[in-house]
Parts: sequence; C-alpha cells; structure tokens
Amino acid sequence: MSPVPLLALPGAPSLAAVGLGPYLVVGAALFSAGLVTVLARRNAVAILIGIELMLNAANLNLVAFDRFGPGLVRGQVFALFVLVIAAAEAAVALAIVLNVFDSRDRVDVDQVRSLKG
Amino acid sequence: MSALALAAVGPAALPIPDLTPHLPGIVFGGLAGVSVLGAIGAATAPRIVHAAFCLLAALFGVAGLYFLLGADFVALGQVIVYVGGILVLLVFGVLLTGRTQVVLGQEGPRRPTGAILAGAAVFLGLLLAIGGTRWPAQPRPADPTPTTAPIGRAFLDPDQFLVPFEVASVLLLAALVGAAYLARRRREP
Repeated sequence: MSPVPLLALPGAPSLAAVGLGPYLVVGAALFSAGLVTVLARRNAVAILIGIELMLNAANLNLVAFDRFGPGLVRGQVFALFVLVIAAAEAAVALAIVLNVFDSRDRVDVDQVRSLKG
Repeated sequence: MSALALAAVGPAALPIPDLTPHLPGIVFGGLAGVSVLGAIGAATAPRIVHAAFCLLAALFGVAGLYFLLGADFVALGQVIVYVGGILVLLVFGVLLTGRTQVVLGQEGPRRPTGAILAGAAVFLGLLLAIGGTRWPAQPRPADPTPTTAPIGRAFLDPDQFLVPFEVASVLLLAALVGAAYLARRRREP
C-alpha cells in the first residue's frame, strides 16, 4: 500500500506535532470526570454516562499509543472492540433500567436493591 | 500603534502573524478543551438531559482528537456508534424514565465531596505517573495515512483478530436480542 498523506499541504507541519503526553493528560481528565460522575450520581442513566466517559478515556489512550507506537493498527483495532462492547453494554443496561423503572417508578441506584420484581 | 496610524497604513501592512507552526497546538488545545469541558459538564450538570448533551460535546471532541491522531476510521466509528447510537439510546433512557419530576428531573447531589476527592486523587496520580514516566524518545510520526485497509486486514486475518472479531459480532447480536427481550412490555395477566 502506498502511503498517501491525508493532509498533503506543502510545507505544512505534521499535525501530530503534539507529543504523547498531552493526549494522556486529556485521557486522565476524561477518566477522572467519568469516575466522579459514577461515584456522585444516583441516577442509573447518569452513571451510564460516566461509564461511557471512562471508556472514551481508555480509547483515547489506545489510539494515542498506537499513533506513537510501532505503526501497527493494533491500538485502533482494540479501540473498535471497546466501541462494540460499549454499544452492547449500553443497550443491555438501558433495557434493565427501563424494566426497573417500569416496576418501581424510580431509577435511583441507592434505593433499588433487588432485580426481582 | 494608534488606531489612526493603523487606518493610515491600511490593512495591507498589518502584520499578520504566521500561525502555521502553532497550528497543531491550537487545534489540539481546542479539541482537548471541548472534550474536557464536556466531561466536566457531564459530571456536574444538575439535569441528566444536560449531562447527556455535555457527553455529546465530549464525544465529538474525542472524535476530533482521533482525527488529529490520524485514526480516521476510529473517529468516524466514534461519531456513528457513540453519537448516533449510544447517545441517542441514553437520551431515550433519560426521557423514558423521566416521567415524574421527583425521580429524574433534578437529582439532589449526594454529598459529592468524596467523589470529587476520589476523582482529583486519581487525576493527580495519573498526572504524576504520566509526568514521571520516561517515554521512549519518539521520532516525529510520519504523516497520517488512511487506516481503513490495515484495520480490515487485521480484523480478517486468522493470525491476528479474526476470532475476536467473530466473537464480538456474536456478543453484539446476543446483547441486542437480550436487550430487546428485557425491554419488551410484559402483557398484564
């Protein structure tokens, strides 16, 4: 495969001139915000939002390491697997949340103590 | 230089700074700001719907960072799957479970001090780890190339990711069928 630059402006600097560190810092910030969301919220859907943030942070790290790594696409392949798992998780979790809401009229994780109706 | 002098000189002589060398930093800063601010908004917004829309901003920012990293396929997958699928699912979840104001409209914060402390501690620990690690000296990466073909080969190569790929597809099918089964409305006896 011939390498075709996506941005072939003459004289333009490579757009990856930002090093690895800043990406990891952004990933750490996203992960921490997701962790705060998961710990501080009581609503089950909001906790799902926090989980999505944490998964995105991990994905960002995977893609960044892939970019600055040996040049295989393994990091991106793993990021796509994470994407698939996140989709499956969100679908099942929301189905459970809707069921719990149907039977109890609430989705507060502090007050829902059993899954059996 | 006063405004009068500027007007006398005319716009052609205005010194336009050449921002090209700073362009990667500027683009990265903008995208990182959108992501982090969106994430903080998702963590702190009092209404869940607003948190969902802050998550939208964060997801778009991360997709832009993927583009900046040269991962075009993953970036588009992020937009399609996360923004088009998962986020819509989350908004549906918010709206379907928000029948009563008390239950969902506004949740009282539950002593968030501990959570914020834990998040700050994790963030500081990660910062220390990132700053304290000596990353191998990185040559500047080559210009990004399209990644769709290598990813497709990696997925379908029996020596690499063929089996995980098929397992993931079966998992996705099972999860979606299971979700549809769980979420169906039961008939009242």
